[in-house]
Amino acid sequence: MSVRDRARLPLLAVGVLTALTAAACSSDDGGDSGGASGGASDTIAVAASDDACEVDVAELSAGTHEFEITNGGSQVTEFYVYAEGDRVMGEVENIAPGLTRPLLVELPAGDYETACKPGMVGDGIRADLTVTGEVAQLDEDETLAQAGADYQRYVRSQTGALLERTTAFVDAVKAGDIEGAKALFPVARTYWERIEPVAEIFGDLDPLIDGREGDQEEGQDFTGFHRIEQALWVAGDVSDMGPYADQLLADVNEIVELANEETLDPLQLANGAKALLDEIATGKITGEEDRYSHTDLWDFAANLEGSEAAVQALRPFLEEAEPDLVAEIDERFAAAEAELEQYRSGDGWTLHDQLTEDQLQGLSDSITALSESVGQVASVVADR
Amino acid sequence: MDGPVPPHPSQARGEPPDGAEPRRHPTGSNEQPAAGFSRRRLLGALGIGTAGVLAGGAAGGALGRATADPAPAGAPAAATDPVPFTGEHQAGIVTPAQDRLHFVALDVTTDSRDELIQLLRDWTAAARRMTAGQDAGPGGAVPDGAYDVPQDTGEAIGLPPAGLTITVGFGPTLFTSADGVDRFGLAARRPGPLVELPAFPGDQIDPAISGGDLCIQACANDPQVAVHAIRNLVRLGAGVVSVRWSQLGFGRTSSTSTGQATPRNLFGFKDGTDNLKAENASTLERFVWVGDEDAEGGRAAWLRGGSYLVARRIRMLIEPWDSSTLNEQEATIGRAKGSGAPLGQREEFDPVDFTARVDGEFAIPETSHVFLAHPTNAGTAILRRGYSFVDGTDGLGRLDAGLFFIAFQRDPATGFVQVQRNLRTDAMNEYVRHTSSAVFACPPGVRDDADWWGRALFEG
Repeated sequence: MSVRDRARLPLLAVGVLTALTAAACSSDDGGDSGGASGGASDTIAVAASDDACEVDVAELSAGTHEFEITNGGSQVTEFYVYAEGDRVMGEVENIAPGLTRPLLVELPAGDYETACKPGMVGDGIRADLTVTGEVAQLDEDETLAQAGADYQRYVRSQTGALLERTTAFVDAVKAGDIEGAKALFPVARTYWERIEPVAEIFGDLDPLIDGREGDQEEGQDFTGFHRIEQALWVAGDVSDMGPYADQLLADVNEIVELANEETLDPLQLANGAKALLDEIATGKITGEEDRYSHTDLWDFAANLEGSEAAVQALRPFLEEAEPDLVAEIDERFAAAEAELEQYRSGDGWTLHDQLTEDQLQGLSDSITALSESVGQVASVVADR
Repeated sequence: MDGPVPPHPSQARGEPPDGAEPRRHPTGSNEQPAAGFSRRRLLGALGIGTAGVLAGGAAGGALGRATADPAPAGAPAAATDPVPFTGEHQAGIVTPAQDRLHFVALDVTTDSRDELIQLLRDWTAAARRMTAGQDAGPGGAVPDGAYDVPQDTGEAIGLPPAGLTITVGFGPTLFTSADGVDRFGLAARRPGPLVELPAFPGDQIDPAISGGDLCIQACANDPQVAVHAIRNLVRLGAGVVSVRWSQLGFGRTSSTSTGQATPRNLFGFKDGTDNLKAENASTLERFVWVGDEDAEGGRAAWLRGGSYLVARRIRMLIEPWDSSTLNEQEATIGRAKGSGAPLGQREEFDPVDFTARVDGEFAIPETSHVFLAHPTNAGTAILRRGYSFVDGTDGLGRLDAGLFFIAFQRDPATGFVQVQRNLRTDAMNEYVRHTSSAVFACPPGVRDDADWWGRALFEG
């Protein structure tokens, strides 16, 4: 049985999920983000084009493999290896036309799918990939430990892009390129918002990077993304933003180093998944987060994807422990993504201040329902 | 539980019981109709025409048998006691009106009939528990596992049942959506009377706080108990329903039992003196409960024992009212502000006499609210169960307050709509604005442990 056959996510949801990723990844220089500890025993060629995704093999033996993706098309593309539920086993983002990029990924026995995404949008061009070998019978503790490693791999894929996009944003600010900086602002934030549960562990850095005006302690300066956002959208003048831009980059650098080394335990993953949904409910639905730029839906999409990544890391455990809950969570992630997808606009999203009350309520309802389901995960994990 | 119901004041005085009193008996007046006697007044006086026949019939029969009917089940002995959840009719309709209200209208967001049914089952189970003073779910507000999400929100811990009743209703759009879609295979079972209310002169209806696929009325003698009930039921509905609007009410504006004193509304007047009362069971059969003869050949048989709920948020223009004279206020209402007596009479429960004159003028002006709304002239009767509300101020510093009007009737067309149409010349219109409108069919009561709200609709 293929992954596609067994996948509980409806096709639409798959498309939405990948589209979310794509919207956020406008980098032209994404690195490989697949994680693998050992060296690869082989190299599998992937010929990506605008309408094809030829993977050399459809069957592999369990172990670490290196994919080599060559983009022969005219559009920037991405390559993914998905486990069930679109759990990302490895990904390479932003492969420009003509480039070849490697992806190292460790694949235990099981059913997977490969996907190329020309144009970085949509469901992708998919193919089944079967990995044979002795299926490791992980006990519950091992499965949960695996969740932490899985999620760490996801975090590392995001921190790289966060650093890169923040650098570009900071460069634009310092160059006085207001339009360029405005375009990069929601993109850089996407990577931040996806991994906020990790970032929040480092309590003193989070407010420096992401604090909103008025949130500072007595005597503390208003810094970070939102300080620059204010300058870009309200003042329309970033001539005095140089020091803030430098500090933002330094703070992001520091948090990226810390986050890359951090492995969340299963309960932190469960709570993080829920916390990201709460972020949506309290900050993005209301338009508080990006109050000057109104780019809240970029953050919304990123929080939603980050939440799903954390839940999917726990998926192998949850599938054993509480399959009904997994089905419900899948359904409700799909519903929330479908709700959000209505407001896609070009490469990004409709601005918050252009959404009607009815539209916001639809988004809010979907997140409320999803939160009720994702909220149950902590209990399942804690009861093991 | 069902303690003896104190005698009605009018009975104590050896007068006809409250329910029988609304009729004006032509023989009861020595006065001859004056030359300027309006047609309306004459109709009422002679008991002719549709209105008169209905009213007369009620007066001569049903309304007069109040004392022969048993006290209604479900009347709590104390404000803290529980009201039985199961019964032939839903609680919260003829249950003596509690002091507090939380009302919510919801839209169903799923297209799955199964999910809707499951929600109604879940709601029934939770309501069964909460009306008995228990947590919404068996896991409770303080579960054993520290990482469990509490099944109950907890704010009612330690509070008594407080007479909580939870009443659900189905709006027209549950059967056929606004764009004509039969989402749940219910279109063929929509009762004929379940249609959106017509527009009335002077309406300032805000669609955002009107209508709804479903409604839940929670009434209790403790506001936190009512809010707790709605909050937990809404929570159970996540992913299936979406709250469309809600309303808090803080003071009942009607008595629905002869054992209750008549409360005052925000105009400062006693309201609901001549309301239908729980003790008048046969009158309720006639005017409130949907009966066998309303089955429409089986289409609406599921609603037998139910009732139609009409909700209207009626904003009172408080500041102009407060600065008007006593004479203006009393002429507008048709009752004395102090005693609540009909103008021209002495006591609250004295019969309304539309022929009584003071200084040659009719005591009760024919533009007064009582004149136009009274069963004698409206030609019908409804069970009012409204609540006062104050939703803060309106941004201009004026109190955003009024009456959240709720009425139960056997058919909205011959109930609220008929009464409201008669209010076109009501002097009170100067002081009120209807800002919302909704109608729901409330199914019959949950019969036993296996039953659930709407089962007859979905399975019948």
